[in-house]
Amino acid sequence: MTGPVRLTAAVLTIGLLMTAAIELQRVRDRLYPVATIEDSALYLTSSATARRVALEYDSVLADLYWIRAIQYFGGTRRMVEAGETITDPNRRQYDALFPLLDLTTSLDPRFNLAYRFGAIFLSEPPPRGPGRPDLAIRLLEKGLAERPDRWEYLQDIGFVHYWWRQDYKTAAEWFRRASEVPGAPWWLKSLAATTLAEGGDRPMSRAMWEAIRESAEIEWLRHDAERHLAQLRALDEIDALQPVVDRVAAQAAQRRLEWPDVVRAAGWPGVPADPSGTPYDIDERGRVQVSRSSPLWPISLEPKRLNAVPPPS
Amino acid sequence: MRPVALMAVNVFRESVRDKVLYNLVFFAVILIAATYLIGQLTAGQDIKIIKDLGLAATSVFGLFIAVFIGIGLVSKEVERRSIYALLAKPIERHQIVLGKYLGLVGTLAVNLSIMAAALYLMLAYMRWIAGEGTVKALEAGALDPAMLKAIALIFVELSLVTAIALFFSTFSTPILSATLTFGFFVAGHFSGDLRNFDQIVDSPTAVRLARGLYWVLPNLAPFDVKAQVVHGQHVSAGYMVLTTAYGAAYTAALLVAAMVIFSRRDFK
Repeated sequence: MTGPVRLTAAVLTIGLLMTAAIELQRVRDRLYPVATIEDSALYLTSSATARRVALEYDSVLADLYWIRAIQYFGGTRRMVEAGETITDPNRRQYDALFPLLDLTTSLDPRFNLAYRFGAIFLSEPPPRGPGRPDLAIRLLEKGLAERPDRWEYLQDIGFVHYWWRQDYKTAAEWFRRASEVPGAPWWLKSLAATTLAEGGDRPMSRAMWEAIRESAEIEWLRHDAERHLAQLRALDEIDALQPVVDRVAAQAAQRRLEWPDVVRAAGWPGVPADPSGTPYDIDERGRVQVSRSSPLWPISLEPKRLNAVPPPS
Repeated sequence: MRPVALMAVNVFRESVRDKVLYNLVFFAVILIAATYLIGQLTAGQDIKIIKDLGLAATSVFGLFIAVFIGIGLVSKEVERRSIYALLAKPIERHQIVLGKYLGLVGTLAVNLSIMAAALYLMLAYMRWIAGEGTVKALEAGALDPAMLKAIALIFVELSLVTAIALFFSTFSTPILSATLTFGFFVAGHFSGDLRNFDQIVDSPTAVRLARGLYWVLPNLAPFDVKAQVVHGQHVSAGYMVLTTAYGAAYTAALLVAAMVIFSRRDFK
């Protein structure tokens, strides 16, 4: 065989063998599907050990743990929302989330977004998150110890107290502390005062999410704030829709109310939709609510209004 | 100086012939792949992660070149018996050591320069595609020239590691030299612990021994300012000068030791 012929034969053989290998793999994967591994192992549990093992590559290791934290949180949330079976009971509670964030911030103590994002992830109530505002505050306080000049961490701690703990007095105190940091925006002072006076008020919550949207450093944070603002708009709309639905329900007391009845009676052009464009639902008790198929579902419990008069029992 | 320069050019040519510069292709592939993948895997911080990854890859690739080429600089000549031809030429033994060292350091300088340029190019692209919010959120600009400080200190650190590898290669086998050089690299990042040994051990002898090792072993941790520059923290000119001077002094000491050993070595 001449040189070029030999080379062509070799290339053809390699191509043939590679095609065979790929095809065999495809057949094997079809016959014996690969099980998804719920990998929530931390590999390294001690922050101090992680820093030592990383030698001079601790920033890169922090990035890797950050990516893992995002994937873990997003993956778990997707599985929970899709109703997929999660065999690891710890994963259902997002148990590895805090250790992953803790490792990330220990390896890179100035990883700003890991503190701010991490606090949002940790505060999110089940099923969309672990519902651990205590850990969110602990993470932000860790960031604060490293960077006392970051008023955003103080604002975020105040926000966790406001939104997830409904502790308006403590929230106002954190907002006040944030406002005293050099370079903090002017509106933090008024936020502190308003929180103390009108905590739990919906316009107050709206103002707070708008402030977060304005100070958002990246798209994801901005989108999250916009989602919460849309939820607040939905709550306003539900408040407006409910009396109409109640009136129609009173007239059709014998059967379960459907939207066509309400639309006909109220003379609306169609079924009302929430800010995302998804039609609202009416549950079996006749309460208007955001549909489960809406991107706005579930709406977190609204903070209770400060000094609100308890509903009559 | 002419024999030293000739020797250095020869080492550089040899490393090009040995396809050492191929690592630049891997570096570029890593950066391009990371740019695409990181956007899919993480939320924000893409530019920060590319900076971390680029600087770490620069350091890792440089480390492998420094160690694996450095250990072969002398021992390969001995193994191939080409050392006899070299010694027969009008060149002093210490000039051989110095020339070989400078040749490899030159290779590293070319490598690091190209890697730095590739990193800045990739960051310019990232900045171009990133939204205004992402750029504003960065603690240091996407094309922050301060990154050059980190790269400069990586170069000084790698020059020191090359000197360690060359020092061992003058009297040891390649495998042992590689093991010892990596050992020194790891120990060099832990030497800060040796200084604070008194906090965990009561024995004064052990503390004195640890303190002695702290001063004798190369302290490589100060050369790492990657995290500082990525987070936009100031690295002062004084720090740069002192750290570079420390690296230069330590490297010079190792080179002198290597020259002495090589000059006294019997190749019969």
